[in-house]
Amino acid sequence: MNAVFQGIGASVRRTEDLRFISGNGNYTDDINRPGQTYTIFKRSDRPHAKITGIDSTAASAMPGVVAIFTAADFAGVGGLPCGWQIHNKDGSPMAEPKHPILADGKVRHVGDPVVMVIAETKQQARDAAEALVIGYEDLPSYSASRDALAAGAAAVHDDAPGNLCYDWHIGDKDATDAAFAKAARVVKLDLLNSRLIANPMEPRSAIGDYDRSGDMHTLYTTSQNPHVIRLLMGAFVLGIPEHKLRVVAPDVGGGFGTKIFHYAEEAAVTWAAAKINRPVKWTSDRSEAFISDAHGRDHDSHAEMALDADNNFLGMRVSTMANLGAYLSTFGPAVPTYLYATLLAGVYKTPAIYCEVKAVFTNTVPVDAYRGAGRPEASFLVERLVDAICHDTGADPVALRRQNFIPRDAFPYQTPVAVQYDSGDYFATLETALKNADYAGFPARKAAAAAKGKLRGIGLSTYLEACGIAPSKLVGQLGARAGLYEVANVRVNPTGSVTVFTGTHSHGQGHETTFAQLVVDQLGVAHNQVQIVHGDTDRIPFGMGTYGSRSLAVGGSAMVKAMDKIILKGRKIAAHLLEASVEDIEFKDGKFSVAGTDRAKTFGEIALTAYVPHNYPIETLEPGLDETAFYDPANFTFPGGCHICEVEIDPDTGVTSVVQFVAVDDVGRVINPMIVEGQIQGGVAQGIGQALLEHAVYDAQGQLLSGSFMDYTMPRADNLSNISVGTENTLCTHNPLGAKGCGEVGAIGSPPAVINAVVNALSAYGVRHMNMPASADKVWNIINGGLRAAAE
Amino acid sequence: MPQVTLTVNGKTSSVEVEARTLLVELLRDKLGLTGTHVGCDTSQCGACVVHIDGNSVKACTMLALQADGTKVTTIEGIAAADGTLHPMQEMFREHHALQCGFCTPGMVMSAIDLVAKNPQGLSEDEIRHGLEGNLCRCTGYHNIVKAIDASQSLMHAKAAE
Repeated sequence: MNAVFQGIGASVRRTEDLRFISGNGNYTDDINRPGQTYTIFKRSDRPHAKITGIDSTAASAMPGVVAIFTAADFAGVGGLPCGWQIHNKDGSPMAEPKHPILADGKVRHVGDPVVMVIAETKQQARDAAEALVIGYEDLPSYSASRDALAAGAAAVHDDAPGNLCYDWHIGDKDATDAAFAKAARVVKLDLLNSRLIANPMEPRSAIGDYDRSGDMHTLYTTSQNPHVIRLLMGAFVLGIPEHKLRVVAPDVGGGFGTKIFHYAEEAAVTWAAAKINRPVKWTSDRSEAFISDAHGRDHDSHAEMALDADNNFLGMRVSTMANLGAYLSTFGPAVPTYLYATLLAGVYKTPAIYCEVKAVFTNTVPVDAYRGAGRPEASFLVERLVDAICHDTGADPVALRRQNFIPRDAFPYQTPVAVQYDSGDYFATLETALKNADYAGFPARKAAAAAKGKLRGIGLSTYLEACGIAPSKLVGQLGARAGLYEVANVRVNPTGSVTVFTGTHSHGQGHETTFAQLVVDQLGVAHNQVQIVHGDTDRIPFGMGTYGSRSLAVGGSAMVKAMDKIILKGRKIAAHLLEASVEDIEFKDGKFSVAGTDRAKTFGEIALTAYVPHNYPIETLEPGLDETAFYDPANFTFPGGCHICEVEIDPDTGVTSVVQFVAVDDVGRVINPMIVEGQIQGGVAQGIGQALLEHAVYDAQGQLLSGSFMDYTMPRADNLSNISVGTENTLCTHNPLGAKGCGEVGAIGSPPAVINAVVNALSAYGVRHMNMPASADKVWNIINGGLRAAAE
Repeated sequence: MPQVTLTVNGKTSSVEVEARTLLVELLRDKLGLTGTHVGCDTSQCGACVVHIDGNSVKACTMLALQADGTKVTTIEGIAAADGTLHPMQEMFREHHALQCGFCTPGMVMSAIDLVAKNPQGLSEDEIRHGLEGNLCRCTGYHNIVKAIDASQSLMHAKAAE
C-alpha cells in the first residue's frame, strides 16, 4: 500500500503537470517530420459567392512552392460526413448537402477553404497564397437563421430548399395543448442564445505523413477523438482502410468541443502527403481559427409556460430556430435536438412539454458542440423562463423552484421529453448553495452597494444536464450513426506495473492522474506504477474520445470492467500457486490470498508468474495478464445543481462585475476533488464569459466582426473573481463508479444564474429579460433610457 | 540571410534567419525550444512570453533580429541545473493552476516577472491585473491566482538567499 493515499477521493497532484510546467509538452505543432512541407489554405473572404475562376499561374511560380490543389484535385474524394441523421416531423430525413474538402464552385461562408498551397516553408506558402487570383460573383448572404428562412431567400445549398435542414419536434403536442387550455396563466419569453467561439488556447494543427514502403498514412492532429477521425476520414472521405491509417492526437491544448469534429484540413493534409510523397503540416493562425473552428450555440427561441392558479408548472411549449452554419459539422444536427430539447424538463416536474426545432443553413461558420452543447441552451431557456414567471407573477425565485422540483422520491423519473433521470436531489444542492452564498444576507449587501452608488443583483439557476455520452441503443434510435461506448485495455506488465490504453482523450482533464487513481483503488498498485496511454489509434484498440463529460462515466467504467477481468485471472493463477480453489482466493490490498489464511501472493508475483512462468496451469489458462473491456452505458448520467451569482453594476460605466459566484453541483462519485473543482471553475468561467463578455458577431455583409482576440472578448483574470465550488453528490445508479461527469456543468449552470442576477440588479429599470452578453454598453443604455433597443 | 546571435537559457547560438522571422519562430523552429507556444496573432494571449534580459516579452511581437545580443530565458530554462523546479513551477503544480498546459509556459514566465518586480508583495487584485496579457481558457484563473500568490513568499525568500 502507498504511504500517502492516492486512490479514489484523493486530490493527487497531476502526473501530466511535470512536462507541461517544464515546456516538455508534445503538442501537434511541436512535431516536425523529416522532409516536411507546409500548407496554407486560401479561404473565402466572401460569405456567399460563385467561384468564377482560380488563377494560380503567378502563385505556382513563387519560390518554394511544391503544389497547389483546388476542388478539382479532390474530385475522387468524399465529402466530410455527418455523424447524426435527424428526421423531420413527417419522418423524412434531414437535408444533407455535400461538405466538400475545398469549396467546389461556390463559397458558403467567410473562411470556406478554396485553395491549398504547399511550399517548403510556411512563409513561402503564405506568400504564394497571397499571389492567387480567385474570381467571385457575390450572392445574397444570411448570417441569422431568421433571415435565411425568410421567403425568397437565396439557397445556401441547392439541395436544401428554403435553407431548412430539418423541421423536427419532440414531446406530446396534444397533451401540451391541453395543459395550456386549462392554464390559469401563461408566461412567454423570446430569447436568443448567443453565438460563441470555443477558442481553446492551442490553435488546430494537422500533419499528414505517408510511408511509401509500407503504404501507411499517418495523421497527427489536435483532436479530442482520434479513433473517430480515423473512422470518418478513412471510411467516408479518403477511402483508406483502417489498418493503413494511423491517427495520433498527442498533447492537445484544450478542446471544449470544437476539436471533436472531423475537419477538412485533416483530410487535406493526409491526402496531399500521399500525393506529393512528403509530410504536409498545417497550423492554424488564431485569425484563421475564428473563421474555421466550428462555432457554438446560436439559438433563436420562443418559450411559454402554462401555470395553474398556484403557479404549478402545467405545460411548456418551445420553438427554436437553430443556426447550423454553412455546412453540417460532425455532431451539428444532434446539438439543437437530442442534446437540447431532451433537457427542457430541467429539474421540474412539468408534466407536458412540446418543442419544435427548425435547423437552418446560413452563410456562417458551421455550428456544432461547444462545452455543454445544447444543454446550456436548454438551461438558459428554462431558468430564464422560471425567472420571467417570477417577474410576471411576483413569485419568489427560490420558492417557485422548490415548489416545482422533481421530488426526491420520484427517481427514476421519466420526463415528457424522452429521457429518464436515474438520480438526483435538487433540494440538497439548492439548500447548500443558498447557505454557501449567504442568500439570506443579500438585502443587506444590496443596501451597502446602493450606498456606494452600485446596483447589486442576485440570481440563481437550478439546472440539470445529461452526459456520460452515450447509451448506444438509445442514441441509435435518436439518429446517431454510431454507438458511443468506450474501450479500455489494461495491461499488467511482468513486474507488476500497469499500462492502461484508453479510447478517451485528455486535453486538460487530467486523465493520466484520475484514471491511475482508479487503478490504485482497484488493483492496489502505486500511482507512479501506472501509465495511462491515449491518443494513438495504433496503440489503443478503439475508442470514441472525450466530450459530453463521458470519460470517467463511460471510459472509467470500461477500465473497471477490464480490471475485474484482471483480478479474476489473477485469482486463477494464485489458486494454482497456492494450491487452493479459485473460489477461496480473495483479492484485497494488492494481495491474492487464501481466505482465512496468511497464504498469499502479491500482485507483482502474480504478474511475473503470468508472463514468465515455471509453474503455471498452462493446460487450462493462457499466460499473460492483459484484458480489454468495452462498456456501453445503460443510460445517460444526469449531473445538476444550483449556481448562485451575485453581480454589482457600476451605473456610470455599465460594467457588470461578478462579486460572488457559488456553485453546488451533483457530479456523482468524485475521484480527484482537486481536478473536479478545477473543471467546474473553468466551466463557470466560460459561462460567465458567455453571459457578460463573449459574442461572435456577423455584420450585415456576412463578415465576422469578432474575428480576433482584440474583438472577441475572452475572459481575462481581472474580469473574473474567485469561484466557490461545492458538491452535494448522489451516485449514478447505472455505472460501476457511480460517476456522473463534471466537465460541462460549470458552463451549463452558470449563464442563466449570471443573467438572472443582472436582470435582478436592473429590476428598478423595468428589465424583464436580457439576451447575452450583458455587455457594458447594453447595460449602460438600459440605465440611461435606451431600454428596449438595448435589451433586445 | 542575416545572422542573429543570442544566448538562450545560457547557451549562445548564431543562426541565419529571414529578416521577417519572429523571435518565437526562431526559438521553436530553429532552436527546437517548443515549450514557448503561439496562441494568437495579435499579441493578446501571452502563450509566447519569454524573458529577454530579465524582462517578460511576447516573443511573437519581436523580430528575431531584435533579439540579437540579448540573453533569452524560456520555460525550458527556469528550473535549476539539477532539475529542481522554480518555485513558480512548483506552485502551479501544487495549486492545479494548469489543465491543458498550453498557456502555462507563457503564464509561468509572466508570473515570475510579475512577482520578481514586486518584492513589496501583490494583492489578489494586483495579480489579476498583472495577468491581463495572458489568456487561459481552462482554469478560470482561480487556481493560477492562488499559485502566484503562494509563490510570492517562496520567490522572495529565495531571492534573499
